This record gives sequence, structure tokens and C-alpha cells, in this order.
Amino acid sequence: MAALESPPPGTPSAMRHAFGSVLSALILLLIGVLAFSIRLFSVIKYESVIHEFDPYFNYRVTQFLSKNGIYEFWNWFDDRTWYPLGRVIGGTVYPGLTLTAGTIWWVLNSLNIPLSVETVCVFTAPVFSAFASWATYLLTKEVKGSGAGLAAAALLAMVPSYISRSVAGSYDNEAVAIFALIFTFYLYIKTLNTGSLFYATLNAIAYFYMVCSWGGYTFIINLIPMHVLLCIVTGRYSPRLYIAYAPLVVLGTLLAALVPVVGFNAVLTSEHFASFLVFIIIHVIALVYYIKGILSPKMFKVAVTLVVSIGLVVCFIVVAVLVALVASSPTKGWSGRSLSLLDPTYASKYIPIIASVSEHQPPTWPSYFMDINVLAFLVPAGIVACFSPLSDASSFVVLYIVMSVYFSGVMVRLMLVLAPAACIMSGIALSQAFDVFTASIKYHLSGSSNSKDDAEDKTSTNNASKDDGSAGKTDKGEESAKERSSRKGKKKEREPADKPSVKSKIVKKKALVLPFEASIVALLLLIMLGAFYVIHCVWAAAEAYSAPSIVLTSQSRDGLHVFDDFRESYAWLSHNTDVDDKVASWWDYGYQTTAMANRTVIVDNNTWNNTHIATVGTAMSSPEKAAWEIFNSLDVKYVLVVFGGLIGYPSDDINKFLWMVRIGGGVFPHIKEADYLRDGQYRIDSEATPTMLNCLMYKLSYYRFVETDGKGFDRVRRTEIGKKNFKLTHFDEVFTSHHWMVRIYKLKPQKNRIRGRAKKLKLKTSSSKSAKKNPWI
Amino acid sequence: MMNISRSVSLISLFLLPLLSFSFSVDNPTDRRVLVLLDDLSLKSSHSIFFNTLKSRGFDLDFKLAEDSKLALQRYGQYLYDGLIIFAPSTERFGGSLDSKSIADFVDSGRDLILSADTSASDLIRGISTECGVDFDEDSSAMVIDHTSFSVSDVDGDHTLIAAEDLVKSDVILGKTKIEAPVLFRGVAHSLNPTNNLVLKVLSASPSAYSANPSSKLLSAPQLTGSAISLVSVMQARNNARVVISGSLQLFSDRLFRSGVQKAGSPNKYEKSGNEQFVTELSKWVFHERGHLKAGNLVHHRVGETDEPAIYRIKDDLEFSVEIFEWSGKSWEPYVANDVQVQFYMMSPYVLKTLSTDKKGLFHTSFKVPDVYGVFQFKVEYEKLGYTTLSLSKQIPVRPYRHNEYERFIPTAYPYYGACFTTMAGFFVFSFVYLYHK
Repeated sequence: MAALESPPPGTPSAMRHAFGSVLSALILLLIGVLAFSIRLFSVIKYESVIHEFDPYFNYRVTQFLSKNGIYEFWNWFDDRTWYPLGRVIGGTVYPGLTLTAGTIWWVLNSLNIPLSVETVCVFTAPVFSAFASWATYLLTKEVKGSGAGLAAAALLAMVPSYISRSVAGSYDNEAVAIFALIFTFYLYIKTLNTGSLFYATLNAIAYFYMVCSWGGYTFIINLIPMHVLLCIVTGRYSPRLYIAYAPLVVLGTLLAALVPVVGFNAVLTSEHFASFLVFIIIHVIALVYYIKGILSPKMFKVAVTLVVSIGLVVCFIVVAVLVALVASSPTKGWSGRSLSLLDPTYASKYIPIIASVSEHQPPTWPSYFMDINVLAFLVPAGIVACFSPLSDASSFVVLYIVMSVYFSGVMVRLMLVLAPAACIMSGIALSQAFDVFTASIKYHLSGSSNSKDDAEDKTSTNNASKDDGSAGKTDKGEESAKERSSRKGKKKEREPADKPSVKSKIVKKKALVLPFEASIVALLLLIMLGAFYVIHCVWAAAEAYSAPSIVLTSQSRDGLHVFDDFRESYAWLSHNTDVDDKVASWWDYGYQTTAMANRTVIVDNNTWNNTHIATVGTAMSSPEKAAWEIFNSLDVKYVLVVFGGLIGYPSDDINKFLWMVRIGGGVFPHIKEADYLRDGQYRIDSEATPTMLNCLMYKLSYYRFVETDGKGFDRVRRTEIGKKNFKLTHFDEVFTSHHWMVRIYKLKPQKNRIRGRAKKLKLKTSSSKSAKKNPWI
Repeated sequence: MMNISRSVSLISLFLLPLLSFSFSVDNPTDRRVLVLLDDLSLKSSHSIFFNTLKSRGFDLDFKLAEDSKLALQRYGQYLYDGLIIFAPSTERFGGSLDSKSIADFVDSGRDLILSADTSASDLIRGISTECGVDFDEDSSAMVIDHTSFSVSDVDGDHTLIAAEDLVKSDVILGKTKIEAPVLFRGVAHSLNPTNNLVLKVLSASPSAYSANPSSKLLSAPQLTGSAISLVSVMQARNNARVVISGSLQLFSDRLFRSGVQKAGSPNKYEKSGNEQFVTELSKWVFHERGHLKAGNLVHHRVGETDEPAIYRIKDDLEFSVEIFEWSGKSWEPYVANDVQVQFYMMSPYVLKTLSTDKKGLFHTSFKVPDVYGVFQFKVEYEKLGYTTLSLSKQIPVRPYRHNEYERFIPTAYPYYGACFTTMAGFFVFSFVYLYHK
């Protein structure tokens, strides 16, 4: 690829150049293979299944798409979720992933390759992570040449953060969205570097694909305007910038509005306003430059005062209009998720449903080390490298890393956006460092024998820093941008191939030469660092991130234990309940229940209706009778709870219970969080509050639990439960999975008769003695 | 021979379930009734009541309550469709019978007539409590009424009540009005007012109270006035029917035949209202009257005949349901103007009264509301004396498809115009800018 802008042919350096291109193509291919195969641990260690929660929904949608076609998908009204409200799937889902996998499946099938939809879904993410690493190569190559590109691609192929969302089976939006994100950025930089309207159009289309795929597209439509603004402020405005930006806003917004889930939000919500504001600013700037071009300096000064005053008025009006628009837009400005980005405490204060999701929590420091490992140390070096020289492209990358670091600090999920930026930065840093060290070594090796060659080496390595530094000084290196990019394209393995003569106008010719030993040691250390990174990534891929979470395993002294309770109980549901029966559970298990058991659920992971979720939360935190009435009014037949107390599975419903209380209490104020806490502590042992011990969730989780070990010792909470022997009055236990992880209860039918009062009085008097013995009556 | 005996046993094997299912959804009237007596002499002293039952085709099986071979079911099949318990003093039933098995009997949809009397046993009280009826806890108490007693009451303690306060329901007590007062001597019971399954059929007058007639009244009686129920009925949620009476004598030949004159009333009747009252009540309790069946819930779009899998918002639809009433022998069309259908999603969005064609078909038509979701057609019909009807059918309602909206909205024509003129203007501008010297 770098060969396109090769120096005059016919020289040995051209041969070398061609060889370099072939080599980098080969390396890229290998990186693709690496990216794909490192994500197959989950298939090898477990099986080829869809993972976790959301992927099950995507899988179900893809099945529907492949069965019924795109129009039915577009208009799909799903009556099996959110009973009785239903959900318009076609209008509320980001269709990119589904359409991608559906298209792959359709193409394969029309080629007579009979893969099942599930197989295609399982392997979509690994395939797209290969694409993503190639896109990273392209992007980094635009910034700092193909050497950095290859390094960045290799790093991205195995960065743990990205692996965590794209192992085989993790069929989620992010799987394709990260590729779309990087590719959109690449096209933006490409347009910025070339000023080609063709790439600008491609950029808008890539942006459209990103909008189709993931809600994270707002990151793009805010980051790019920011960069444009940065360029304008630092005096880097150029027609290329205009071409890179204006078509993106116009075409991109039009295309984004075509996606049903976005629709008019593309012009109505505040997340998009930054782009429009910058769109106006860039036009004003363009006008200023145009007028400056046609007027004499004197006239221009006059014009400036005129334009500034008029411009201020216009700006004022526009701002007023914008403010009015914001005030009148349906969401009153920013949506909750975006607000929680800007104010990290916003969600936990106002929207418990956002705060309740673990991936919306701020990350801890170890998770940075876990997810990007040594990249965290290489990033600063990369940023420094980007400043020498600072080009449009490298300033974009710097901005990208700064923003994504901030966002990842807010929400652990957005580590995923940080990962590509960190890879690009680290790729640049590594490649620059290798350049310097190898050049130093070469200089020392050939210093005595061949002075000419060594001089060449010197200049070439120098080019990287000194030449770029000069470009940075002149500030407007526009006309040399092409040259620069081409130069950088050749930098890595082909330093001698560079033509020093072209850039001999450089201020100093003195090379940055390090001592020979220091270079060798530093090189070795860098290689070791890389090796550690690879080891960590492979470990993360194999151990940390490949568990499908519907099948759990645990290693103990007597071998490997497999907990397949989820599928066991979903299979039970699908075989033992009526097709139209409604199953109530906390929303986490909604997608799985509809996809695996094919039963109607009340709430699911698409948390679009807070009141409905609060209703279920209230039922779970109410006493049996009240809960029965709530569930009965929703036509619920079965209640499913997940319980980890027997085997020590920590993410069970009891641990999520406080969120149910909070979310329920947010809508129905008679549920008060304080009633469930003893002195501010959440506990389920004998110190727990009576409200806690009598709520439905406690009862359904711990019903008959004491029969397992005689004491009722909860291995997650590490305590004995507070209320051990009790009977259920309004629910019947119908199924408990092998390790008690899933417990399914059936609502008792309404009593056929209503008893009189007389006998109850008698019972009370007669059973007062036995009450001491049996406290549960 | 072997073949024949085998085929006979085979036939009986097939017949057995048929026989035991004589009480069924299609034929709700009871046929086989077990009568439990604590004294076989009741058989003759209450012969008029039993004979009217027999004459209506019931198969009565008299057993002593202490009979050790008592059983309501055999091999999981119920042997009887109805149960009459005229054994107020029995402390324990014989055989496998107890208060729980009687409750189960009712829960299986079968019917019960239970009569207590003064000094009713705990067992009988327990059964009635299961049915939501609380007898006076003082076991020696009787209903006493010093104003509406029967003048034929020779004892003078005013415990033979001439009750006239009957429930106003043609379904329970028949169309012919019961003119004469009903004679009653026995124990009072009360109902929980929040219990909507039980119903006073015969209530005491406001001057009645419950106390022991042979002892002095030391404290205010617990049950007084019209809160006292003399005879109550209970219709369980599965439409099993139960009659609970506080007086066994109510059913006796003696009170059937005796004339009645209420104290202070000039009207003297040759014959008490007991026979008519008891006969009509027994018709109701054994499902000869007031039993409805609904089915054939049909809905479709106007102009179509097939039931769609899903409706669209604002569709016009037609709905119909068939309701029949059991006359004791056959299903007759039910005629009423108060049957309603709900189009229901968490709350009724449409509530329409159905019109009937007098042949059992109730129908209506309405427009699906402008709300999508999973709706239900619900027919909930609860009318005094009738069996409860509760039918529902789920049907999703979807929003418009993408191509079901209007393509061009007249009010938006200025915008279309603006759009196309801008495009044309831009084209002309580009042309002029590029090629005009």
C-alpha cells in the first residue's frame, strides 16, 4: 500500500519498497488471522454458543430476519416481550449488526454453504475484529506511516478490552461497531489528508453504518466537530478540512435520520447539536478566508469589523434558536446516558436503572491494567510522538485519546472506545522507538566501515523527528502533507530506501543517536514489554473473557465443575409451560427467556420502560400477597429467580435486589430502601429487617434452602440466612435447577372458596403453644 | 366364554369413566347424590324433600354419617355429583370422609347441601367455615325473634321463626314468588361482608337475635338483627354451589305441611313456604337453573371471516360470543342485555355492551384503539345467581407498517415544493456558475 507513492523506480530502493509492501500485506493478513483466532478460545473451551444476555436478543432478531426478510424485520412488533405493552423491534433496535450477520448468512447460503444462523452469529465478532485491526492499520498509517500502522494493528488485534466484547459468541453491537468507528475515523483522516470528496462521501456512508450499529455513534459526531473546532482555533483551517467535515454533517445526518431508532433524534437531541454548531462556524470561517482572499488587506480590516459585528448578531440568533430547540425537544436536551457521561454522578443520583448496570459503573484502576495492560504506559509516549510534528491527523488522534480516556473513566463499558485509541498511540510510540533504536544500532554497526550509508541512515531517522518538528513550526504544512504522509509510509523497515535528498532542506543534519549498548538494552526491553503484552492478552482471551456466562465452570480440587443451570431451566420452561404463559423475572434474564425458552416476559434487557421495570421491582420487594396481586394483574404464570447462595454465584438476584428496591421505589414510593437495610447495611442474616425477610425475593430465593445443609448457609453472602423455615402462601415451587441457580415458581390460582373467620380464631388459640416450636406457622 | 368375559370387562372399562362423568360440562345437573344422615329416621321425617329430589331424577344414596365404608371417591374418580349432609350432631364421619375431603369435593366443582342445627358439632361448623359461613360460637344458641315468630310455636320461646326476608333473585328462588313465610328453627350464622362468594338467601328480621332460649340473657348477644343469616348459599369460583342452613327442621315434612301465621300478621297460610323454598333452592344448588356456558369467542376484521393473528391499530373488528343457559334438560339461548366485552390491556380500552340475537349469539363491533400492545378480549359476567363467566382471548395489536402511512400529506405540500425548488435552484445555479462566462 505504501508502494503507491514510491520514489522514482528502477533503483534497488524501489525493489525494497515493493518487498516492503508485500511484507506488510503479509503481516496484515497474519494480524487478521491472529485477531480471529485469539477469539476462538470460547468455542474451544466451551462450545459454539451465543454468550450472555444481549447477544441472545440479537440472535433472536437475526433468526427472525433470516426467516422473514427485511421488511418484516423492519415492521416487527414483538408481542413476546414487555407484556402486555409489546415492543416495536424494528423501530427500537440498531439494525447494523443484525443486517450484517443476516447478509453474511444469506450470501453464504446462496453460495451453497449451509451454515446455521447461530454459527454465523457466533463468528461475526471475530471476523469483524480482524476488519477492525485492518482499519486500525489504515488509520494509523494516515497518521504516522505504515510502520506505526502495523504495530497498532497488531496491538489492537489482541487488546483485552476489545477481546472482552468480541470473542466468538459475543454477538453484540460492539462487535461490528468498533470496526465501524475506526473505519469512519480512518475515512475522516483520509479525507482530511487528501481533500477528496470521494472519501468524504465514503466517510458519510461509514458513519451511516456506525449509526446503524451502535448508539456510540454520538461519540463520532461529537469528536469530529471537536477536532474541526480545534483545527480552526489553532489556525489550521483549510479547504480539506471543509471537505472532510461539511459533507459528513449533511449526508451523515440525512443518512442517520433514515435509521428508525434514530429518526428525528438526529436533529432533535442535544448530542447532535455540537456538529451543527461547528457546521455553522466552519462556514463562517470559510467565508472569512474567501473574503480575505478577494479583498486587499486594508479593505479586509474594514470587512472584518463589519463581519464580526454581523457575525456576532447571527451567532447570537443561532444560539437563541438552539436554546429554544433544546428547550422544546422531547428529551429536554440530553438523554440520561449522555448526561451520565458528562456528570458521572448523574445516573446514580437520578436514574437507578442506568446506574444498576455494572458496565455503566466507573472502572477501577486494576481494570485499566487488565484491559489495556502495557498500552497504558506506552500511550504517553505516543502522545509525545504525535506532537512531533503536530499534523491535522495526529492532533485528531490526540484528541481521540483524550476524550476516550475521559469517557472510559466514567463508564467501564467505554473502555472499548479507549482501546483502539490506546492501540494507535502505543503503535506510534513503539514504532518511533524502534526507529530510533534500530537506527542508532545501525549507525554504530556501520559507523566504521561505511560512512556514507550511515549518513543516509542518520538523515532518514532524523527525518522523523527533526523534519516533522520544522513542519510543526511552520504551522501550515498543507502543501507538504502528501509528501509527509508518503515519507512516513516508508519509514519503518525501509529507512535506507528514503531519499534523503528530498528532505535535505532540514535545519540540522545531526542524527539522534543513542549509545549502542543503551539501544540494544532498550530494544530488548521493548521486545520483552511486547512479549508480556502478548502473554497477558492470550491469558485474558483464554481465561478471563471467554466464558459464555450462560455456562459456568469452576475449578476445584476434585476437577472441573460445569454449571449449566440456565439452559437447564430455560429448557424446562419451554417444555413444561404453555406457549402463551408469561414469565416474570428481573430484566437481566428477559432476553434469554424469550430467546431460549420462547416464553413471554414482562421486562427485558432493553430497559425502555422504567415504570414497567419498577412494577416488577416492586413485586419482588413486596410481601407475597401484594406481589401475587401485581403479578396476577400482569397475567404472570411463572416467576423466575436466580439464586447463587448454594454454589456461590455472586451475580444473583439477591445481590441485585437493592436495585430492584431502588427502581421500584423510584416509581412506587411505598417501597422504601431504608426498610430493607439494617443501619444502612444490606444483610440477609438474622439481623435483617422484617421487610427484607418477608419480601418476595427473599422468600423465593431461600425457600427450602435450609434443607440443603440444615443451617441455610449462603455462600455468596457468607452468612446464615435470617429466616430459615417458612412456607409460601401464594406461590408454588415448580422447578429448581440442579445447582439451585434458577428457581421457578408458579403463581397459585385464586382460592376456590373464601374461608370464614371463626376457625382462624380457634387456630390461633390452639396453636399458640406450638408456635414456639414452629415459628414459621 | 373367555372372549365374552374379556369383552364384557372391556366394555365395563369403557363404561366406567362414562358413568362417572355423568356430571360434566355439557350436562351440569347433578345426578348422583350422597345423603349423609346421623339418624336413619330422618329419611322418613324428611321424605317430602327427598321424594321431590327423586322425582326430579336424582339418584339418592342414603348413608349413615358414621358408616365406616363412606367414601366420596374411588380410584381418583368421584362417586357422587352432590352431597347432602343432614347430620348436624356428627363429630366424626366414618370411612375416609372428613372436613378436608368435603372441601376438596366442593373444589372439584361438586355441590353440597349442609344443614346444621342447634348444638351442631365442630365438624359441621368446620365445614361451613370452609365455605365462608360462621355459625354462632355458642353451641346452645338459637335464633329467637319475639316479633316475627310463628304463632303455631307452642313452646312459647319464640324460636320457630317465620322468616320472610328472602333474597330477590328469580334465578335462585324461581320465578313464582314465595308467598308464605318460611318456618325456621335453628342456629344463626353470619357471613363476612367482604366475602363476595356467599349470599344470604333467608335472613332474619331486624328484631332477631341469637341466644340460648333456656337460659337468661346475661350479656348482649353477639349476633343480632338482619346480620343473622338463616340460610345462605355459596358459589365457589369454580361454580360449585353450596347451601348452608342453620335448621334441619326447615327441610322436614312437619314444617313443610304445617300452616303458618306470622305473629301480628292477619295473613294465615294453609301451608308454609318451606317446600317451595327448599325445592327451588335445591334446583339452583344442583345446577338445574342459573348455569351459563359461554364459548365460541370469535373476532375478525369487518368484512372478513377468518380470525387474524394480529390486529393493526384503528382496525374495525367484529366480536361475538355464544352464551347458553342450562334449563335442567337442555341448553337454551341466554337472553340478556348486560353482557359486556372489554378490549383490555392492563385496563379496558374499549368496553362495549353486546347485543344478542336471542339465539345465544352476542355480538358487537368496534374500532381497535390507537394503542399497540398485547390486548385481550375479556368477557367477565358476574350476575347474582348465575355461574360466573370469565373468558379471555389474547390478541396483539401492532402499529402501522412503514408503508401503511400516507405517502403524501396535503398539509406538507409547501415543504415538498420547497424541497424540489431548492434542488432545481441548486442545479440551475451550478450550471450558471460553471458555464456562464
